[in-house]
Amino acid sequence: MRATCWYGKTTVNVDDVPEPQILNQRDAIVKITSTAICGSDLHMYDGVIPTMKRGDVLGHEFMGEVVEVGREVTNLRIGDRVVVPFPIACGNCFFCQSQMYSLCENSNPNAWLAEKMFGHSPAGIFGYSHLTGGFAGGQAEYARVPFADVGPIKVPDHLADEQVLFLSDIFPTGYMGAEMCDIKPGDTIAIWGCGPVGQFSIRSAFLLGAERVIAIDEVPERLQMAQEGGAETINYAEQNVYETLMEMTGGRGPDACIDDVGMEAHAPALIFGYDRLKQAMMLETDRPHALREAIMCCRNGGTVSVIGVYGGFADKIPLGSLMNRSITIRSGQAHVQRYMRPLLELIENGDIDPSFVITHIMSLDDAPKGYEMFKNKEDGCIKVVLKPGTNGNAETVH
Amino acid sequence: MTAKAQSFAGTTYAAERARPGLPKSGTKRLAKGLGWFSIGLGVSELLAPKAIAKISGVSNTHTALIRLYGLREIAAGIMIFSETNPATGVWSRVAGDALDLASLGKAFASPRANKGRVAFATANVLAVTALDLIAASQLSTNGGHGIHAKASCIVNRAPEEVYSFWRNFENLPRFMRHLESVEDRGEGRSRWAAKGPAGSTVEWDATIIADVPGEVITWRSLEGSDVDHAGAVRFERAPGNRGTIVKVNIEYNPPAGVIGATVAKLFGEEPEQQLNDDLRRFKQVLEIGEVVVSDATLLGTGYFEQRPARPAGIKELEEAESMEALPSQTGTNYQRDRAEGRM
Repeated sequence: MRATCWYGKTTVNVDDVPEPQILNQRDAIVKITSTAICGSDLHMYDGVIPTMKRGDVLGHEFMGEVVEVGREVTNLRIGDRVVVPFPIACGNCFFCQSQMYSLCENSNPNAWLAEKMFGHSPAGIFGYSHLTGGFAGGQAEYARVPFADVGPIKVPDHLADEQVLFLSDIFPTGYMGAEMCDIKPGDTIAIWGCGPVGQFSIRSAFLLGAERVIAIDEVPERLQMAQEGGAETINYAEQNVYETLMEMTGGRGPDACIDDVGMEAHAPALIFGYDRLKQAMMLETDRPHALREAIMCCRNGGTVSVIGVYGGFADKIPLGSLMNRSITIRSGQAHVQRYMRPLLELIENGDIDPSFVITHIMSLDDAPKGYEMFKNKEDGCIKVVLKPGTNGNAETVH
Repeated sequence: MTAKAQSFAGTTYAAERARPGLPKSGTKRLAKGLGWFSIGLGVSELLAPKAIAKISGVSNTHTALIRLYGLREIAAGIMIFSETNPATGVWSRVAGDALDLASLGKAFASPRANKGRVAFATANVLAVTALDLIAASQLSTNGGHGIHAKASCIVNRAPEEVYSFWRNFENLPRFMRHLESVEDRGEGRSRWAAKGPAGSTVEWDATIIADVPGEVITWRSLEGSDVDHAGAVRFERAPGNRGTIVKVNIEYNPPAGVIGATVAKLFGEEPEQQLNDDLRRFKQVLEIGEVVVSDATLLGTGYFEQRPARPAGIKELEEAESMEALPSQTGTNYQRDRAEGRM
């Protein structure tokens, strides 16, 4: 089959690899109809995630048709159309039973690697380095899905792939980012990063009752998409974020801040240069500019929700600000399985149509081009969807 | 506490004895000399990689690699001078020697290399390797013998259930990867077979010393066995009825001795990690019924056993099957297809 394979920094190729087999009794094999490139795939593309190996198949946002099931998968049948959540979760351990699926204790066979880096291991994740299990990803024609009786959700035929695909990651991730803010009616929420996850955080914050959402980025088409979602915007390349936010909120600051950026933040020249240099010297792995700013801007007693991906270590985190002002930090990889059903209902009710975020649809074979466009934000690129088994050139949607 | 547990508490269990003595001063001096050597060579490799390339007769296109080896030398030197664990520093020098020798071996085959100089450099590295091995094994063996590992995990099942699964020793090979089989011979006796070095099998007989249902099992090999092995596992009800905390202690004298064990340790196959991985699989078998397999870890979870995270071909699946790395009770479509002649 064809699969998108990682071969080193900014090098991905679509290669022929063996088709996946059922290896555990709760596996299913899914023939993929749509798959997407995630912002977190870019961290691997940029070579900042350790424990990658040449030839790893990438991709953790995918959906398709069940073509084979293991003996113990009784809830799915061959032919079912399913969306697959990116965290792999067993459903039996303490964390799965507490609905913290991205912390499943049984799904990461490389937990020892993660323990060295993080102290404890999170769940296994498809196509997301060996630190999270070394599972082949879904930017391919087929994928093996472990614990298929827990993760995949069946989707109705009247909804298009483009409407439900993002239940696999970015919609629940953006939603959880907003949910962790514990939004009360009348709240003002500031959101750093207007990439695909940020866009879903904006819309989710409104769905959860926020009165005002202020979104921060520098890319014009992303800011425009944020405005279309009802947000006011700050372009950090033109305006001082702290001063603007204080002016907009009468000096109190937003009630909650969401970091939808993560470890590869861009920032004004001086502080960006500082982090970039430390990263190059391997003195820090992450550039936490968005997190620093979110903490400093958040109102006293407010919440900072960290849903953007961090990988390792960072410094100059303003702990004094955090502690003295009673800031609550909440964070995590999305517990996708917890959100799929309620969010599918929102889609079915017409409360949201997640396809708004797609700018490019391409054939799977064009994945290298998709990665390059997405990374460089060429041609207004915000979200790339790949279609296995189709030919032809890139199609611009927006 | 039952009478049985009390009698167990009174005995000294081999795996829980206090250990290390201090290394002899001669060994310490040798180690310090090697530490200074490491730092000196490291700095030269870092600052003058071309000169180093010339002296050792290798092509001067490898300056980046030589600089990297320089960093490695300096790190080993610093570790040796750290008071807490000089043995690890010297052992990392042994691993570094192995890398140097491999690189020189590769250089010897290269048409651009000066073969005479490469041979001279190789002889020097071999001499240093011998010193490293002497220092390292002395630093490691002083004060203790054999390998001791402890690990724990928490299983989402009641202590009685977790105990019964372990007490049936024939279940152990399902999650302890280095075990081939355990045969229960009744009356607390059992026959164990484990994978030895170079594809060999090591066998021994063991007997249960203490056995308190739902609480503790301890066992040890019989006098005169090839392998000296002892183990203890305790089961404690986790607070809030959140399952069972399992604590395992094992001690054994490995067939390859302390040198083999320590070299393995440097490459990630250390006994404690092996035991941790075993317990992780134990938890998987109890909580979800089988060992979870990923593409990368089909042939093992060690750093050098990782394959790319991509579906395995038939050859690799066959290899995994021969290593009994595939869940034994799984009727995989691969196995079925092969049985039906479709592969």
